[in-house]
Parts: sequence; structure tokens; C-alpha cells
Amino acid sequence: MDIRSQVSMVFHLDKCIGCHTCSIACKNIWTDRKGAEYMWWNNVETKPGTGYPTKWEDQEIYKGGWEKNGDSVSLKGAGKLKGLKNIFHNPNMPSLEDYYEPWAYRYTDLFEAPEGDDQPIGRAVSLITGEPIEIQAGPNWDDDLSGTPDYARQDVNFKHLSKAEQESMFQLERMTFHYLPRICNHCLNPACVGSCPSGALYKRGEDGVVLINQERCRAWRMCVTACPYKKSYYNWNTGKSEKCVLCYPRLESGQAPACMHSCVGRIRYLGVMLYDADRIEAVASCDEAELIDRQMEIYLDPFDPAVIKAAKENGISDSTIVAAQNSPVYKFVKKWRIALPLHPEFRTIPNLFYVLPLLPAMASVSEDGVYDSLSENLLSGVEKLRVPIRYLSSLFAAGNDNKIIEVFKRLHAVRVSRRDTTVKDVTETQLNKVMSEANMDIHEANEIFRLTSLATFEERFVVPAAHREEAIEMLENTGDVKGNTGFGFKMKPERGL
Amino acid sequence: MLNYLLFIALPYAALAVFIIGSIFRYRFMGFKVSSLSSQFLEGKNLFWGSQPFHWGMFFLFFGHLTAFLIPRAVIAWNGDPLRLIILEVTGFAFGLSALLGILLLIFRRLTNKRLQMVTNYMDVVVYIVLLVQITSGLWVAFFNRWGSSWFASTLTPYLRSIFSFDPQVDAVSMMPLSVQIHIVSAFSIIAIIPFTRFVHFLVYPVDYLWRRYQQVIWNWDRKDIRASRKHVYGERTKNN
Repeated sequence: MDIRSQVSMVFHLDKCIGCHTCSIACKNIWTDRKGAEYMWWNNVETKPGTGYPTKWEDQEIYKGGWEKNGDSVSLKGAGKLKGLKNIFHNPNMPSLEDYYEPWAYRYTDLFEAPEGDDQPIGRAVSLITGEPIEIQAGPNWDDDLSGTPDYARQDVNFKHLSKAEQESMFQLERMTFHYLPRICNHCLNPACVGSCPSGALYKRGEDGVVLINQERCRAWRMCVTACPYKKSYYNWNTGKSEKCVLCYPRLESGQAPACMHSCVGRIRYLGVMLYDADRIEAVASCDEAELIDRQMEIYLDPFDPAVIKAAKENGISDSTIVAAQNSPVYKFVKKWRIALPLHPEFRTIPNLFYVLPLLPAMASVSEDGVYDSLSENLLSGVEKLRVPIRYLSSLFAAGNDNKIIEVFKRLHAVRVSRRDTTVKDVTETQLNKVMSEANMDIHEANEIFRLTSLATFEERFVVPAAHREEAIEMLENTGDVKGNTGFGFKMKPERGL
Repeated sequence: MLNYLLFIALPYAALAVFIIGSIFRYRFMGFKVSSLSSQFLEGKNLFWGSQPFHWGMFFLFFGHLTAFLIPRAVIAWNGDPLRLIILEVTGFAFGLSALLGILLLIFRRLTNKRLQMVTNYMDVVVYIVLLVQITSGLWVAFFNRWGSSWFASTLTPYLRSIFSFDPQVDAVSMMPLSVQIHIVSAFSIIAIIPFTRFVHFLVYPVDYLWRRYQQVIWNWDRKDIRASRKHVYGERTKNN
């Protein structure tokens, strides 16, 4: 047993209102620079939709992630021989058109235009060439466009749905969508790290944050292809790749990452998970149907004395173990089992979990146009749900419908029990039936309700102490680093010499 | 006099600049060591330019290196005319492929506005010297046959004399102008390596072949963190 700690996240999709505040917070801190304008380390997509970059989930196009290879896994579009063979031209790399051409408006035109009969306009100019452009796409171009042929119908997850199921998602009265905020998953088996020929990418041992060493990156661009979530971006100006750093300077000083801190809907949770690094290869290479169960096994119970003992032997500090015990992520993922990873079939073992959106599933409309939000047999028949289960299972469960239904039953039970507490119109048999189907007691339902809707900032973000005081003693003579600038570029970020 | 300048002073200056400059750039300007790929901005034409150019240069470099390291073996191989022809034609084909590749890369850079935004002055220099180098090489291969044989018997001794610090320029000064251009331009390329995007072939990632796929880096050795002897002043744990 090789116990390590991992900072991981839960996003509660029912609470996401798609306001993009997280994206803006991230952009303002990290990617508001030349060469990084098009990057959105945090972005919010509408599902069904094509996402950003367009069709990023389609690994037939981008060849991202790992594929099963006997008892192990191998990279789909990169790797030792494949990577070095394609080093002069990477055939599966997304180009600027797959994201969008970044632009700004020439605001001065509004003031400097000569007097005339018509209103002056600020034309859009490309942030790359500086020339006027026709805007073709943006990072959230398909916002709220569920049901449209150009975006929603091109959703990659539809290939697992039957024609009838697909059509049901496009009828005006049954149409549905939810938002999908995405950041880097800081995977346990990161494909970007495995694909980097120069070894610039690495996973930090202490907290599991995946980073790119800007001094070692040589622009071989394999990480851009290999990351199945397309969360590694190529900076066209500096000639280096960049990715979400999980705001590690903030984490190290005990603050929540900017996207999480700024979240208006309070959908985000962050905490430590203890996991067994010896099992990574076995989990990543198991059968597709087992992927979620096996991934759940790799995360260990931080209250188990044997786990605590092994963790301490491995040098994990007491404060990290306490943080793991208080971790909201552990509660959502392991204890309550209502959060699932996005696209586990990419086999990277992602550490970002999503509490499924129950709302669009429940609010099915009956013949007379009445929303049926509470009925005895609401979840008894999968076909009655507004969203086809198959759609969600292709997003969050590698096609395993039962996993989605289990989560829905539990989420539904929490709702019914809260309705029983507040509105008091649920019969006892109804309540008992729902609760027993979900295998949940009233105490647990109340706990889930509390952490979902009433949790304080400290409950939502349990950031482990980074113990920088020890790290700086180990790494540097503090006298040497006194007066240094510390974080950031030590060199002007320019191309070439 | 000019011969001494071009075939003794230039090579030594070029090698000195190359060695000192490359170490300096790698050691102190790590952020600026990059292949500066522009595939992200334009990928389709890049394929037709970059692939033939790079593979052509790749094999030509090792061809020249072979003739430099084991000239006898090359001469012995060329003893049979058929084998000589095969070697020469193969080399010429790689040269053509490099020439077509670089022409397409230049065309691509001139016609694409986005690429002009990421082109600096040294890139222009790079294109010019590469064009001179490849063209003169093809010229020599075509008009001064058979290069693979006379290279081993005349130029290898010259190059070896350079590296043994006993430069002999007699053989080189008798060479035709095209060969001399090829040599001067080759040493110019070596000289400008540290100042251009050429640095990227010094960091070609061969170590990827024997590296583990996953890399985990600890800021300190987690198992020794509590051992107080590790806190001794002056003992620094490497960051990676």
C-alpha cells in the first residue's frame, strides 16, 4: 500500500446556473495574456452540446486518453513510438479553429469615427493578427442552445443513444439541458504526463496537482492531444503548453482556487482524498463496466486505523489526514455515493466528480402539460425520465446505466425526505419506499441536504495545510530566497530569443 | 588568407559560440528552449512542409556523420558501383525532400498572416541559411560526383584536423566554390544554433524512450520529512 493524498473536487450540477463567473475568475488571474487569450482553463458548457474545443469528447478525432492493452493501458494517440514518430507534425492535435479565434473590439472607433448619419461601431479584431475578423465561434458559443441542429445534435454522446431517444431530447416540451463546468481533472493516471516526450509534465507528490514545467516544455504538443478532456493548451506566443494549475499558490496558502472561491451557485467542493498509488495501473486497465467501482475502491477510508497508520508511514502529515476526514469530496463520492467522474472510459482516473443533475430528469411533463415533480413511480421506470439515462451514463458512467439510476434514487430520496420535512405532503409509505429503495436513512438524507445547500465556506473547501514552512526549510536556505520575486515568470514571456 | 579565415577561424569561432552559447541558453534561459511549433496556428500545410523537411534533414545529418566517423566503411561500401549509386540516389532524394519541405515552409510563412505574427528576425536568418545549405548540398551532389566517396577521402581528414586542433586547409582550399559554400554555411548554422530555434534539435527527447510514463515529483522526500537529521543546514534536497 502506497498511500498518497490528492486534492480533488466535486461539482454539484443541479446547482450550476451557467453564469461563467468561475471562467472569468480564472481568466483574470491566469490566462489574460498574449498567447493565452483563447485558453479557458475553466469553462462551462451546455449539455447536450459540442463543447469547447468543438467535440472534445470524440476520441476518434483527437485520440486522447488511454486504451486498454492487456493488463495495462497504452496511450491512444501518443506514447513512445507513436509520439516520437509524429513529433514533426502531430496529426490529432486540435488547431485554433477547433477552439476559436480570440478577438477584442476596436473601441476607439466609437470615439474617433467622423461625424456621419450612421452609428459608429467597434469592429471585432483578431487578438492574433490584429485584423478585423468575422466572429465564428467563442468558448461558450453553444450556451443554452439545447435542441439546435448545429450544436446539440452534434453532441458526441448521442452515438450511444437510439434514434427515438435522441428525438425525445429535441421535442420542444421535453427538451432539457444542464451545464457542465470543467477544469483539469488532475488525474491519478494523467495521459498528458505520460505523453510528454521532454518530461516537462509531472504530478506533484504532496497534493497531486498536475503541472507543466515551463522551462522543460519544448512545444512537442503531445499533451494537447493526449489529454482526453483537452485541458492542456498550447500557448502560440511563448511556444510552451499550459494548463490549469488548480491555483496552487492559493492552495498552498490555504485559499480555495479562484474558480471555486468565486462560484456564485456554490456548486463546488474541494477536499483531500487518500488513495493507494499501487492500484493505479490495475484500476486504469480494468473492464469498462467496472471502471467506476474500481475507481471508488482506490480511494481509502481516512477513518480506518490501518489506513491512517500506513499514511503516516508514507510521510503524510497529520493535518492532511484530518483534512481527508473532513473532506466534502470524500462524503459525496465515497460515503454518499452521489458523485461520479466525467468520462471514466478515458481511463485517466479523473479526480473531479459531478453530482448528477436530477432536475431535468425529474421534471417530466404529462399529457396535460403539468410538471410531474413528485409521484410514487417517478423513478420506477427509466423511460419516464425527461433525460434519457443513457445520455447521462455516456457522460458519467462509461455507459453503465445502473450507476446513474443508483445516484438518481439517492438524490430523489433526499428530495422526498426534505419535502416531507418542509411541505409535509408525503405519505409515510411513500417516504419509506423511496428511502429503502435508495438504501438511505433520514439522518443521512439530512446530512446530504446540509452539505448541499447550507454548507459554509469552510465546509465546502477543506484545503490541507501545505506545510510550506517545512518545504522551504528543506528546499532552500531561507536567507538565499529573501527578496526574491517568488512566483511567476522569471523571464519575459516572448517567443524565441 | 581568406581560406584561413573561412576554414580555420570560422569553424573554431562557430564551435566555441555553439558550445558556450548552448550551455548558457539551456542552463540560464530554459524558458526559451523550445521548438516554437506553429502547428496550432496552421496545421495542414505544415504537414507537407515539416515532414519531408525534417525527415530529409534527419537522414542527411546521420549520413554526413557516418562519413565523418567511419570513412573507410563508406569507401568500402562504394567499392561496388551499384551500392554507390544506391547511396547517392538515396541521399539526393532526402536532399530533394528537405528542399521541397523548406520551400513549402517558407511559402506557408509568407502567405499566412497568423504565422507572420510569430515570425522573428532570427527565423528569417534560419530560413536563409537552410536554403543555402540545402541548395549548395544538392548542387554538389549533382555536379561534383560522387560526393560520398571523395568526402570520405578529402573532407573527413579536414574535419578531423579541425577537431584534433591541427587544422589542415590545403584540401579544402582546392575544392570547388559550391563545396566551400556548403562548408561555410554549415559552420554558420552551428554558430547560430544558440541564437535561433535550432536549439530544439539539441533537446530531441530520446530519453522519453526509456523513461517511465508517469512522473511524480516530491518537493521533499516524504518519508524522511520527520527525520530531524534532514534539517541539517546546507543539505539541500533537489526539487526534481
